[in-house]
Amino acid sequence: MKRIISILLENESGALSRVVGLFAQRGYNIDTLTVAPTDDDTLSRLTLTTQGDDQMAEQIVKQLHKLIDTIKVVDLTQGVHIERELMLVKLKASEADIRAEVKSCVEIFRGTIVDVTPKTYTVQLAGDSEKLDAFIEAVREIGIMEVVRSGVSGISRGDKFLRV
Amino acid sequence: MELLSGGDILIRALKDAGVKDVWGYPGGAALHIYDALYRQDDVFHILVRHEQAAVHAADGFSRATGEVGTALVTSGPGATNAITGIATAFMDSIPMVVISGQVPLSKIGQDAFQETDMVGVSRPIVKHSFLVTRAEDIAETIAKAYYIAATGRPGPVVVDIPKDVTDPSHKVPYHWPTEVKMRSYQPTDKGHRGQIKRAVKTLINAKRPVIYTGGGIVIDNASEQLIALAKKLNYPVTNTLMGLGGYPGTDRQYVGMLGMHGTYEANTAMHHSDVIFAVGARFDDRVTNDLDKFCPNATIIHIDVDPTSVSKNIEAHIPIVGTCTSVLTEMLAIAEQMDIEPDAEAIGEWWKQIDEWRADKGIYTASRYEPSSGTCIKPQDVIKMLYKITDGRAIVTSDVGQHQMFAAQYYLFDKPRTWINSGGLGTMGFGLPAAMGCKRAFPDTDVACVTGEGSIQMCIQELSTCTQHNLPVKIINLNNAALGMVRQWQDMNYSSRYSESVYEDSLPDFVKLAEAYGHVGMKITHLDELEEKMRECFAMKDRTVFMDICVDRSEHVYPMQMPGGSMRDLWLNKTERT
Repeated sequence: MKRIISILLENESGALSRVVGLFAQRGYNIDTLTVAPTDDDTLSRLTLTTQGDDQMAEQIVKQLHKLIDTIKVVDLTQGVHIERELMLVKLKASEADIRAEVKSCVEIFRGTIVDVTPKTYTVQLAGDSEKLDAFIEAVREIGIMEVVRSGVSGISRGDKFLRV
Repeated sequence: MELLSGGDILIRALKDAGVKDVWGYPGGAALHIYDALYRQDDVFHILVRHEQAAVHAADGFSRATGEVGTALVTSGPGATNAITGIATAFMDSIPMVVISGQVPLSKIGQDAFQETDMVGVSRPIVKHSFLVTRAEDIAETIAKAYYIAATGRPGPVVVDIPKDVTDPSHKVPYHWPTEVKMRSYQPTDKGHRGQIKRAVKTLINAKRPVIYTGGGIVIDNASEQLIALAKKLNYPVTNTLMGLGGYPGTDRQYVGMLGMHGTYEANTAMHHSDVIFAVGARFDDRVTNDLDKFCPNATIIHIDVDPTSVSKNIEAHIPIVGTCTSVLTEMLAIAEQMDIEPDAEAIGEWWKQIDEWRADKGIYTASRYEPSSGTCIKPQDVIKMLYKITDGRAIVTSDVGQHQMFAAQYYLFDKPRTWINSGGLGTMGFGLPAAMGCKRAFPDTDVACVTGEGSIQMCIQELSTCTQHNLPVKIINLNNAALGMVRQWQDMNYSSRYSESVYEDSLPDFVKLAEAYGHVGMKITHLDELEEKMRECFAMKDRTVFMDICVDRSEHVYPMQMPGGSMRDLWLNKTERT
C-alpha cells in the first residue's frame, strides 16, 4: 500500500542525499519527494511517498531514523492525515468548445486557470494524489502538453504535530 | 584564547579525543595536517604502504581494544583506497574515524587534481560523515565524530577536510567541547522494562532453549553478563563468527559456532529449539540459511542496540532495543527476583540430546577429517597446533576464506577481542594490517595472522610497515596453492571446473619475500617440522615471522549448510550429509 512518510531533518548539506541514498541502497522506491525548510530554518521537512507492507514500512521508518541527521520520522498513513499535492497542467485549448470544456472541468475539480494564451490554458490544482490523477484522466482526451506535480505533502489531523 | 591553524587544531583535537595512534599515508591535500603532526609529540603516526591497510590497522586496533581507531589519508586515490577498509568496519560495526584531506573549497567541483567527492563516495558505508568548511568547526566536528563512532551501534565516521581549512597561515581560537549534544542523535541504551520481564519469563520457561550471541557481545563488552546469565540458566550457548570469544570456547555449555560452517550440534539445536535468545546478533544470511525454513518452533527474543536489526530478517516475538550490557544486567537482576526456575528436567533432557549430537557428529568430540601424514598437512591441524603453542592465548586475526573458517572452528577463543576477522564484508587483505593494529595495541601479546596465499597477497606490502614500525606479528600462511573457498564451491557446485582459482606456478617464494622485507621466513612441507618450527616462530618475540605452510590442497571446510535448506541441513564431509 501507499505510504506517506514525513521526516524532520537537520537542514545541512548532504542530509537530503543520505535520505535518497538510503532508499536506493536498501532497494526501496521513492514515488514522490518534497522537501523545504520549515519556519525554523535549521530544520527541513521532507515528505516522501513509497509503496510497502507494514513490515517494510516499519523497516523504512527505522532506517530513516537511524540517519544521524534525522530528528523525527512518522508514517502518516498509520493515522488520520491530510495529504495535498499541487499540480500545474498545460492543456491545448484553441477551439471555443474545448476551452469551455476545460473551464467546466476545472470548476468541477475546484482548480484555477492561472495562465491563458490563444492556444493554451494552464491549470493549477491542489488535492490528494487521487484527485489529481482523476483530473488528468478527465482532460487526457483534450490534449495535455505538460504536467508538473509537486509530490505529496502531508500533515496529521487533530492535535498531533511533528516538531522538535 | 590560543590561536591555532586548522592543521594544528585537528591534531590537538585528536589528542583531546584520546587518540594516541593514527594510521595513515600523506599526500597533497593532507600536507598541512602532516606538517602539524610533525611539530608535536602527542599523536603518533604510523606510515602504512597502502591506505586500505591504514584503515584495516585502525580497525584491528579498535577490535582488540574497544577504542576508536583512527586513519588519516589524502584526497582522491587516498580516499578511495580507504573505502574497502571503511566498508569492512561498517559491516562489523567497528568504531573508527577516517580523516581525509580534500582539495581546497574553491576547487571542489572543478575536477581538481586528486579530487573525489569523499562524502558522496563513502555515504552508503559510513555511520556518518562530515565535510568541514571552516577551521573554527574542526574541533567540534572531531568531538562529534568520535562520539558518533563510539556510541549506539558503533561504526566508521568520515571527516573530509579541504586543504585551505588547514592552512597554516589562517589561525583561529581553539576550543574543545567538554560535552557533545546532538538533538538528532540520541542512541538508546536501556531496554524496555516490560519487554525485558517478558523475555526473562519466556526464557526461564523454555524447554529447548539456545542462547545465540553475536558481535554485539564483544563490541559492548557484555561477556561477563552473558556468562553470568548462561551459567545461572545452564543453557547452551552458540556464537556467530563475529561473536567468537564472547562466550568461552572451552566451556561445557558452548556448542560451537553456528551458521554456514557452524557445528552440527549448534545448528541442529537451533533448528529444534523452542526459544532462541539472540543477543547482539543480526540473523545474517550466513547464519539462518533459508529464512522460510528457519527454526520452525522457536519463539525469538532479540536484543540489539540497533532497532533496524530487529525483525529485519527474522521477526522477533520479543524485541528489545538496548545495549547488550544494560539489558543483560537487567535480565539477571529480574531473574534473581523471580520465583521461577528453569525446568531442570526439560533442560536435562535437552542437554542429553545435545550431547548425543555432539558425540555423534560434533567436530570437537572426534576428528571428522582424514588425519595429517607426512607431506599431507591438514589445515585444521595447523590451527590446532597454533592453539597448542600459543596456549589459546594469542590474538588471532584472519583473512577471508577456508583458513578463516578453520581458525574460527579450531582455535577455541576463551576471551572476547582475541578473534579479529572481517565477518560481514569478507575482506581479503584484512588480516595482516589488522594484526599490525593489534600488535601495536598489545605489544606483549602474541599476534598471529592466519591467512592463505591468496589473501596475504592482497596487502602483503604491509610487511614493510612491520619492518619500519617494529610490529613483530606471526603470519601463519595456510598455503594450498589455490583460492581454497572458491575452489571448494567449484568442487561442490561447478563439477570441479577451477575457473581462475589457481595460480599455475606463479606463487612467490614467501620465505625469500619475507627475508627481502627484513623478516624471518619459514617453509613447512612436512608434518614432522610443524611443531618445532612453530615453536621457533613464536619464540622469536621481536621478529616478524612468515610461516608458509603447505597444506592439503583438496581439503574442504565442513560442516557446511546446504543452500536452500534449514539450519540443520548440512554437509558433514564430502560424501555424508544430515
